[in-house]
Amino acid sequence: MPSESYKVQTHLYDVVVVGAGGAGLRATLGLAAKGLSAACVTKVFPTRSHTVAAQGGIAAALGNMGEDDWRYHFYDTVKGGDWLGDQDAIEYMCREAIPAVIELEHFGVPFSRTEDGRIYQRPFGGMTVRYGEGIAQRSCAAADRTGHAILHTLYTQALKHDAKFFIEYFTTDLVMNPADGRIVGVLAIDLNEGSLHFFRGHAIVLATGGYGRAYFSCTGAHTQTGDGGGMALRAGLALQDLEFVQFHPTGIYGAGCLITEGVRGEGGFLTNSKGERFMERYAPNVKDLASRDVVSRAMTMEIREGRGIGEHADYVHLNLAHLGADVLHERLPGISETARIFAGVDVTKEPIPVLPTVHYNMGGIPTNHHGEVVQKVDGDPDVVVPGLFAIGEGACVSVHGANRLGTNSLLDIVVFGRAAASRCAEVVRPDTPHRDLPSDALDAALTRLDRLRHADGGTPTAQLRVKMQKTMQADAAVFRTAETLEEGCRKIDEINAQFADIRISDRSLIWNTDLVETLELANLLGQAVGTMHSAAQRTETRGGHAREDFPERDDVNWMKHTLVRVNDKGACSFDYRPVHSNTLSDEVKSVPPAKRVY
Amino acid sequence: MAEFTLPKMSKVRKGKHHAAKPGAKNVRSFHVYRWDPDAGGNPRMDTYEVDVAGSAMVLDILLKIKDEIDPTLTLRRSCREGVCGSCSMNIDGENTLACTKGLDELPQGPVSVYPLPHLPVVKDLVPDLRHFYAQYASIQPWLQTQSAAGSRERLQSPDDRKKLDGLYECILCACCTAACPSSWWNPDRFLGPAVLLQANRWIVDSRDEATGERLDDLDDRFKLYRCHTIMNCTNTCPKGLNPAKAIAGIKQLLVSRTV
Repeated sequence: MPSESYKVQTHLYDVVVVGAGGAGLRATLGLAAKGLSAACVTKVFPTRSHTVAAQGGIAAALGNMGEDDWRYHFYDTVKGGDWLGDQDAIEYMCREAIPAVIELEHFGVPFSRTEDGRIYQRPFGGMTVRYGEGIAQRSCAAADRTGHAILHTLYTQALKHDAKFFIEYFTTDLVMNPADGRIVGVLAIDLNEGSLHFFRGHAIVLATGGYGRAYFSCTGAHTQTGDGGGMALRAGLALQDLEFVQFHPTGIYGAGCLITEGVRGEGGFLTNSKGERFMERYAPNVKDLASRDVVSRAMTMEIREGRGIGEHADYVHLNLAHLGADVLHERLPGISETARIFAGVDVTKEPIPVLPTVHYNMGGIPTNHHGEVVQKVDGDPDVVVPGLFAIGEGACVSVHGANRLGTNSLLDIVVFGRAAASRCAEVVRPDTPHRDLPSDALDAALTRLDRLRHADGGTPTAQLRVKMQKTMQADAAVFRTAETLEEGCRKIDEINAQFADIRISDRSLIWNTDLVETLELANLLGQAVGTMHSAAQRTETRGGHAREDFPERDDVNWMKHTLVRVNDKGACSFDYRPVHSNTLSDEVKSVPPAKRVY
Repeated sequence: MAEFTLPKMSKVRKGKHHAAKPGAKNVRSFHVYRWDPDAGGNPRMDTYEVDVAGSAMVLDILLKIKDEIDPTLTLRRSCREGVCGSCSMNIDGENTLACTKGLDELPQGPVSVYPLPHLPVVKDLVPDLRHFYAQYASIQPWLQTQSAAGSRERLQSPDDRKKLDGLYECILCACCTAACPSSWWNPDRFLGPAVLLQANRWIVDSRDEATGERLDDLDDRFKLYRCHTIMNCTNTCPKGLNPAKAIAGIKQLLVSRTV
């Protein structure tokens, strides 16, 4: 039992959505539109979610700027993911992309326009036509602020549907019915009032984002702490494919802020200290528009071989001045501002110093293409966890496989946000009464919260967090070897064990960010441990997971999804799920594995 | 003689002084507003002497204080690149984003950091923005149409799309509204520059079909016309937007439909 008694207010809803980024908002407004009672519980005001920072665009084969077909998009996504993506889910996403983007436009997203008034589309890495023959213009853009435009618009739609939000409520844990193990709700702290709330729902939708902040240098927000993944691990669920971490080629050297791939889509290119366009050597066909894993590896090789730039020869240049002030102003105003503020660069005159920077988690909570969480039970790899959904970066559908293509994440969040809402409407009848729960249902979550709130060890949260971040940065980097990973496993296990010695200084409940950061650190740690150990297991190179000691893809042994559980002692256990190489319909053919050349 | 009583909480006490760590090379003082709702009492100004070597932005310093000196310091922050609008606060007298405010932009000497002014304080640098958000919702900030949308996108010419530039980029940080004297006087009835800029964003959107209703709603002595063109909003906007111009645009439209 907790050391003091807490008053907990219970709220009953048909569905509870945790998180209000693009995925959470799309699900929330979909649920409201379908007449289900839904609560959206979010730790930040919706427009502060990190979807806001997405820049370059959202993929859909609209064909506004030339030939395109959703089947080409499908092929590119399968190949971009290095054949680890589930092809049924990829078919669903690429086909639904077209109506999803049209819907966003109807919602009011201020897309940039072509001369004839249609949505403007730009090229992006890995996006081709006719199965790799030419470069596609598929990325639907609102200048270079597409995520901002979409997130704000989705929030306005949620307002239109009078959706119910609980803003600045930090969700601490999933709550299970101890009688049957079914997930029935979440426990959350209202930061503004310092009160505790139990949100019950017949379905819980985790839309909590990735865990980029497990690394020292990432493009992601401070709030990107993978809270849903942490909660799922504590609930005993397995996470999938955590070893696949995407390094975005163009984070600003030092600050880590994102510079969109759309810069290269508009004609920008990378150079090394000799002024060479080195991507010509690594990807002769599409050069700077190869997929992100390929470009990040190439940059790392250049720097390693002594062709980096600067005092320490540890970055490369992103050249864009030749695009001209007009294009920069009209198509890339946001990154022009970011480069000025964070790199002191006038992009009309100078290149931007850039470095591969942690950007996206391909792995997450495994789901099917309805957003329902799945687990492997008694040998069946696709068993649905009743009442639990996951969408967005925190989920692993898996549409991105081993490497996500740029502009497929904004697509992922709206397509699967909508899919989850539709599925909820099928499986939950409005106003279904909630069953009584045993009186001790909240004990585990309250005890944990109380323990951390009074944590009085010797290790301050910030100190342990930076140790974790530096270990991940050093040992689970762009290139990995058995040596770095073994060292990484040892270190991250030690750091995780040190969490028992955590100390927090703020004992209050109102806006106690010391406590929130500690709860977030716990969520990060579980996934950091899972990531390092999963990476150590996988003895091949595939997409975002590049092993120097195993430089080839190994389809015989490793064309499968990793499942990892991390128990309360920090010990990992592994299992595997097959990749779905089948499609959903016969409108598109499954793409057989092939060597990945750009 | 008339007697005036200062509002509760308006007296700020001198707070704790955290001296620089030994060996610190490039020390700068930061006076930071602190108020703990659990402890009650009046707010205080704590002073932190911080080694600023390696830090570029004010947010870096605040997080350094939180991580290394005083974990109880409370602020909102998220994207750290000026797009989410979380870390809006008053730095050396100016409402701005801590994450994009460079230390080199500030005058020499100690730096003072307060929450956004004229808003209730929840804790330390965290103001209560619920009223601001409610005002935003009150203008029905979503696309309103009667005509059928069809199966493809609504067409919009590049020129019509350009009218949204300078408006859609607003990040709802509330810097402008919290800098506006008219908002200070009539926070309950004047909508304030941020919300009016958002209102204009939908008014000028060629796809929106509720322009008349939107203008009717704003044609109000308080909602719109408390703007006296003081221009603090435009001066302070950390995104370089011009809310005053947006408000002038609404006023022009209202005038032009009467003549």
